[in-house]
Amino acid sequence: MIGEIDPTIINITIFVLAIFVGYHVVWNVTPALHTPLMSVTNAISGIILVGAMLAAGSVETDWGVWLGAIAVTLASINVFGGFLVSQRMLDMFRKKDKKGNV
Amino acid sequence: MSPNLVALAYLIASVFFILALKGLSSPVTARKGNLFGMVGMSIAVLTTLTITENWALIVACIALGGAIGTVVAKRVQMTAMPELVAFMHSLVGLAAVFIAIAAVNNPVSFGLPAILPMGSKLELFLGTFIGAMTWSGSVIAFLKLSGRMGGSPITFNGQHMVNLIIALAMIGFGLWFFFSDTTNWTAFICMTVIAFALGFLIIIPIGGADMPVVISMLNSYSGWAAAGIGFSLGNPMLIIAGSLVGSSGAILSYIMCKAMNRPFLSVILGGFGSDGGTVAVGDGEQKTHRSGSADDAAFLLGNADSVIIVPGYGLAVARAQHSVKELAEVLIEKGINVRFAIHPVAGRMPGHMNVLLAEAEIPYEQVLEMDEINSDFSNTDVVLVLGANDVVNPAAYDKGSLIYGMPILDTHKARTIMVVKRSMGVGYAGLDNDLFYMDKTMMVFGDAKKVVENMVKSL
Repeated sequence: MIGEIDPTIINITIFVLAIFVGYHVVWNVTPALHTPLMSVTNAISGIILVGAMLAAGSVETDWGVWLGAIAVTLASINVFGGFLVSQRMLDMFRKKDKKGNV
Repeated sequence: MSPNLVALAYLIASVFFILALKGLSSPVTARKGNLFGMVGMSIAVLTTLTITENWALIVACIALGGAIGTVVAKRVQMTAMPELVAFMHSLVGLAAVFIAIAAVNNPVSFGLPAILPMGSKLELFLGTFIGAMTWSGSVIAFLKLSGRMGGSPITFNGQHMVNLIIALAMIGFGLWFFFSDTTNWTAFICMTVIAFALGFLIIIPIGGADMPVVISMLNSYSGWAAAGIGFSLGNPMLIIAGSLVGSSGAILSYIMCKAMNRPFLSVILGGFGSDGGTVAVGDGEQKTHRSGSADDAAFLLGNADSVIIVPGYGLAVARAQHSVKELAEVLIEKGINVRFAIHPVAGRMPGHMNVLLAEAEIPYEQVLEMDEINSDFSNTDVVLVLGANDVVNPAAYDKGSLIYGMPILDTHKARTIMVVKRSMGVGYAGLDNDLFYMDKTMMVFGDAKKVVENMVKSL
């Protein structure tokens, strides 16, 4: 049966289920960490890097490859910037914890 | 790698992303969560490398982007987080548009049929217009947040009508693209250009005070843009990660809307905040307030058993976070119970004030959210309000008020209230604050940093 299903339907299934997972996980995030949440999700939306790599890494080299290359660069700024700035912020929250325990 | 292995690796990466968000449920596990996120991203990128050509080009671009991202992340000021986040949203949007154009240009290299089927065209249309709107909207948000563009709303007559017509035109070109037998570049380019314009038009009427909602909304858009591209390329990894981000941003927008008493729908449609900035309606009578010096305030603080500090963005503007930390430490040494109360819109983006206090090394155990602390105000000796206004305005309980129904910190229930402010000026809502005229309220005028420093000295 699964072979007869249009891939788009399978993608919609994945999409809807992922939204539910996101909904439930995000409501559990403590409001104190909403700014890091935003920077982490920012980094995660840098997943578009995968699509950019497919564009930049296509066999036929035409101008589409160069658009892909620019997209790879932009998405990488997101991925690195997002995770590292989150790290920096969360380190501040951790220091407190250490201090609190001393 | 075979397609099946790739799909499985993407599944593992997706699970890591979910764990990353789960980790943020507490400051203790948050760092591990962020690490999970990095692992997930590494898996996704390395897996994708195995199915692409042009490695040198890709690795060089990642290195370049990574270097820029690293420098930005190390250098950015914590007060500038909203700008950084807006900037990064714009990158996702632009990348989405570029990928979509590349896919329209050469569908075969993405594993799509050479003549795009209707379904793929629809998906590309969605991915492109969400991406384009995310880019231009985020650029405006960035310009407004970084002060390169005025924060006041830009409005004109018939704005909603113009937006509607433009949106319909965009859909029209989308349909033309959709129903053309071959690749219709004219329709596609017109649609993309209109989507860019629409992003600008939707964000320009939104005032600076409402930016926390806008950033959350664009956060959501950037996720949907990634998911849209995922649909176009038939890539579940992009769909899952994009949906996680999209729902996260949507929830944050909802939380911000509630905290600011704004209807969610009007935010999504844009153009809100234009009715703000109304002139304070004076009721004619001259109200009197009590004012005191920093020394008086310090005396009251020193004799209290419990103190709650309410920081607003004015505190960050005055760069007074470190002085406040000293004040809190002095008071704690005297055996006073000191806590901080944070309103959801205390900063310029969700959770911003918590980060600013954390940066000043204030232990997060002392920092409480509105819901956690609101019932404690009535048995608190002294509340110190620093650079906050609307979020402590008891008019929110008054049915006739403009801000009726807005959740506020119940500072007016405390035994004594001290408000540090530059002047008696009104807040963003343009409303007079009755809290300032209560008999038990003492106004301390001056720059928040200087006032707090003086308090520390006299203690």
